Amino acid sequence: MELTSLTAVELGKKIKAKEVSVLEATEAVIAQIEKLEGNLNCYVTLDKEGARKRALEVQEKIDAGELTGPLAGVPVAIKDNMCTKGMLTTCSSKILSNFNPTYTAEAVKNLEDAGAVIIGKTNMDEFAMGSTTETSYYGITKNPWNENHVPGGSSGGSAAAVAAEECFYALGSDTGGSIRQPASFCGVTGIKPTYGTVSRYGLIAYGSSLDQIGPLAKDVTDCATVLEIISSHDKKDSTSVELKEKDFTSALVDDVKGMKIGIPRDYFGDGLDKEVKEAVLNAAKVLEEKGAIVEEFDLNLVEYAIPAYYVIAAAEASSNLERFDGVKYGYRTKDFDGLHSMYKKTRSEGFGSEVKRRIMLGSFVLSSGYYDAYYVKALKVKALIKQAFDKAFEKYDVILGPTAPTTALEVGKSLSDPIKMYLGDIYTVSVNLAGLPGISLPCGKDSKGLPIGLQLIGNAFEEKKIIRTAYAFEQTRAYERPEMVKGGEK
Amino acid sequence: MSKAYETVIGLEVHVELSTKTKIFCGCSTEFGGAPNTHTCPVCSGMPGSLPVLNKAVVEKAIAVGLATNCSITRNCKFDRKNYFYPDNPQNYQISQLYYPICRDGKIEINVNGEKKYVRIHEIHMEEDAGKLVHDSWDDSTLVDFNRSGVPLIEIVSEPDMRSADEVIAYLEKLRMIIQYLGASDCKLNEGSMRADVNLSVREVGAKEFGTRTETKNLNSFKAIARAIEAERERQIDLLEEGKPVIQETRRWDDNKECSYAMRSKEDAQDYRYFPDPDLVPIIISEEWLEEVKRRQPELRDEKKERYQKEFDIPEYDIDIITSSKRMADLFEETIELGAAPKKVSNWLMVETMRLLKENEMEVEDIKFSADNLAKLIALTESKAINSTVAKEVFEKVFYDNIDPEKYVEEHGLKTVNDEGALRKVIEDVVANNPQSVEDYRSGKEKAIGFLVGQTMKAMKGKADPSMINQILKEIL
Repeated sequence: MELTSLTAVELGKKIKAKEVSVLEATEAVIAQIEKLEGNLNCYVTLDKEGARKRALEVQEKIDAGELTGPLAGVPVAIKDNMCTKGMLTTCSSKILSNFNPTYTAEAVKNLEDAGAVIIGKTNMDEFAMGSTTETSYYGITKNPWNENHVPGGSSGGSAAAVAAEECFYALGSDTGGSIRQPASFCGVTGIKPTYGTVSRYGLIAYGSSLDQIGPLAKDVTDCATVLEIISSHDKKDSTSVELKEKDFTSALVDDVKGMKIGIPRDYFGDGLDKEVKEAVLNAAKVLEEKGAIVEEFDLNLVEYAIPAYYVIAAAEASSNLERFDGVKYGYRTKDFDGLHSMYKKTRSEGFGSEVKRRIMLGSFVLSSGYYDAYYVKALKVKALIKQAFDKAFEKYDVILGPTAPTTALEVGKSLSDPIKMYLGDIYTVSVNLAGLPGISLPCGKDSKGLPIGLQLIGNAFEEKKIIRTAYAFEQTRAYERPEMVKGGEK
Repeated sequence: MSKAYETVIGLEVHVELSTKTKIFCGCSTEFGGAPNTHTCPVCSGMPGSLPVLNKAVVEKAIAVGLATNCSITRNCKFDRKNYFYPDNPQNYQISQLYYPICRDGKIEINVNGEKKYVRIHEIHMEEDAGKLVHDSWDDSTLVDFNRSGVPLIEIVSEPDMRSADEVIAYLEKLRMIIQYLGASDCKLNEGSMRADVNLSVREVGAKEFGTRTETKNLNSFKAIARAIEAERERQIDLLEEGKPVIQETRRWDDNKECSYAMRSKEDAQDYRYFPDPDLVPIIISEEWLEEVKRRQPELRDEKKERYQKEFDIPEYDIDIITSSKRMADLFEETIELGAAPKKVSNWLMVETMRLLKENEMEVEDIKFSADNLAKLIALTESKAINSTVAKEVFEKVFYDNIDPEKYVEEHGLKTVNDEGALRKVIEDVVANNPQSVEDYRSGKEKAIGFLVGQTMKAMKGKADPSMINQILKEIL
């Protein structure tokens, strides 16, 4: 048996049963990284020595009975926009190329308290702005299913690392689809929780009102388990919510009888790849066969989600990214003449072009004279989208659709046409605008052999419904590993 | 100058609130401290950090709003004001633009016996910036974030003031209210109260306001008064010469007694205000508002009324004593320790005020305790010391807050109450001053004064003058 093919929960059980040591699991991941990382570039920072040391510490605590959780000793990868004390945190940007945080993000801390072994920080689109992981300052990440394709983004490094078994699970963040879309492209599972479920403290903000941390893993069980650990009511985050229940794993039940599933017709129109459409509708049929009640309906307003999203996210980003100015931390230009020259040169040299584009867009929509026409209007659209979902959830338990209109795009094909790239977020962004939970899980492959993602959307704080539906669907198919990963098996 | 002009003034007053911790994190607000020791990821703008509102700030802001007759915004929000400057670690300041916590208030001022209202447009909460320290040796600038995130309220008046006197009266009233509330110490020289002056002039009778300027960097009431006069004259001169007043921000230089333009409206920044997504709206419930109202301390007018009922002291005294919370507190505490109200008020009104004035100190700078003032009063009441000695001892109390009982004891200042010893000294004085004795006996009442003085001199001041008088009269 190959250790890295285990799910996180399976490995956790073996560690607990003393069949596998934490160090062995860590070494297995390191070996896998050494084998594949040269091709894939999933990580910005690797901490092999730190991970080995931590493995021994965690093992001791497990042996002493101090750590008993399901993921104690399981190696994890963290998206590089979450602060890790003493470990480089770059947001895949040049401007944070030397930034060592003085504190650890709350979600990461929750994992550490549960005995996680951090292997390193994963590559992403710079400041989570992008859908391909091609905007990273540290090189592109490749899709383990086909190296000519992107892994999606912005949590592309996390999704690819999970698929390539360079970690057992990973944390990502999702502002407009950044967990679900790469999960879809890489054939893994990812959850974007309800806004407020996971603390944002220590997550370097992109669009503060939309950002949410979530898990990426091989299956629904792993994701539910991780979510149970990372979710917490954090007083350091004013938008963090005290949950009534967070026993997400109790929803891992293979039963969807009577579950009402709505399929928005608007999600199956122009622009949706035929093979994706087929696979997603087939998944709906599978669930129907298992006893769910599946119905089509009109969600409405879908075409307004992308413009509203890009106005709000860019506006918040333009302000959130102001602190990167060369004064306190991060990159500072070498030659400058006075304060303003320092600001200008530092930011011109430190940010990549997609980030600059969104800062300009965001600054524009917030400027006086344009604020009402763009920003305020976008907030109104956001409220209307939430209403449309509220109406839908009066009727349905879960909304089912594709995660992305296509499978993974070819490397180098997206950045030249940003509008087209933005349109790829069409099925994911409204979930963020409405603050809802969403899950993406594999539901097939296209003729090129690339994974297709199924998205299930739930009402606010009803993660358990989408977990249950996803779990039931997952039971009907086997987890598929990319050829590249299977390669070493013979 | 041919025409008559009217000055129109509105103020923007920043007040540092005296909460223990900062507005969005748990760091101390204490003044001083080594640079960057009262800091954390939040107030130093570290990536990923998030603000969490300190409720005490909201309560103090509400308290000021209630005391200035404002309506309280029950559902208010914070906005980000975006601008780049190194003392501002996030490069945006968390402030309130769209839904400030208090609106539409007014306070009454009294200038030369005339009462008038100054309306308050709004009061909003915001965070203070850090401090830049220029190192001229190294030609570099360093940033200290200790002040970053200290809570402020900005009180914006309507353009209702017409003279420097009205401005000072408004500021004094505002300061008194805020001090009474315990919301701030309002020290202009330490920057816990800062006022920016918006001023325009117009011909008397004109309906429209003239173009206004904003003057900053005013660190004392005197500077404010001087700046208003200078700006009024500058604008009138421009108008008389047929030149326009330019809308701009000016910086006052109190040493040179003039201001210079910092930036004009044309290059005014667009702050791109928008609601801060990291903070949730502040919902002020009925219960919360009632709770703040219930805790609202007695303000000056209520205090004056109570003093009139409780203490037998003149209205003039009440006026002066209640003119500052510090003074009123001291007054009440001393009475609490058993001193007679009129005696306490005398010490505060006469000797205390004199020493404050001589030393150019504010009432807030008073160091001595009610305890020591009460002891001093008790010493005079029991005639343990006479009034001359008492004044001497009070100066010690005023400067060093010494314990008067100990001091009198240690320096042997107690009045000699031994009648026998005193009588002996007086007999000597009478024997040595036959002329004065003669004068007194022939009806010159004043002559006795000289004899008392001689006795006091012989007693080195440690005698009770009334006792001397009594014994003298007996002997003569």
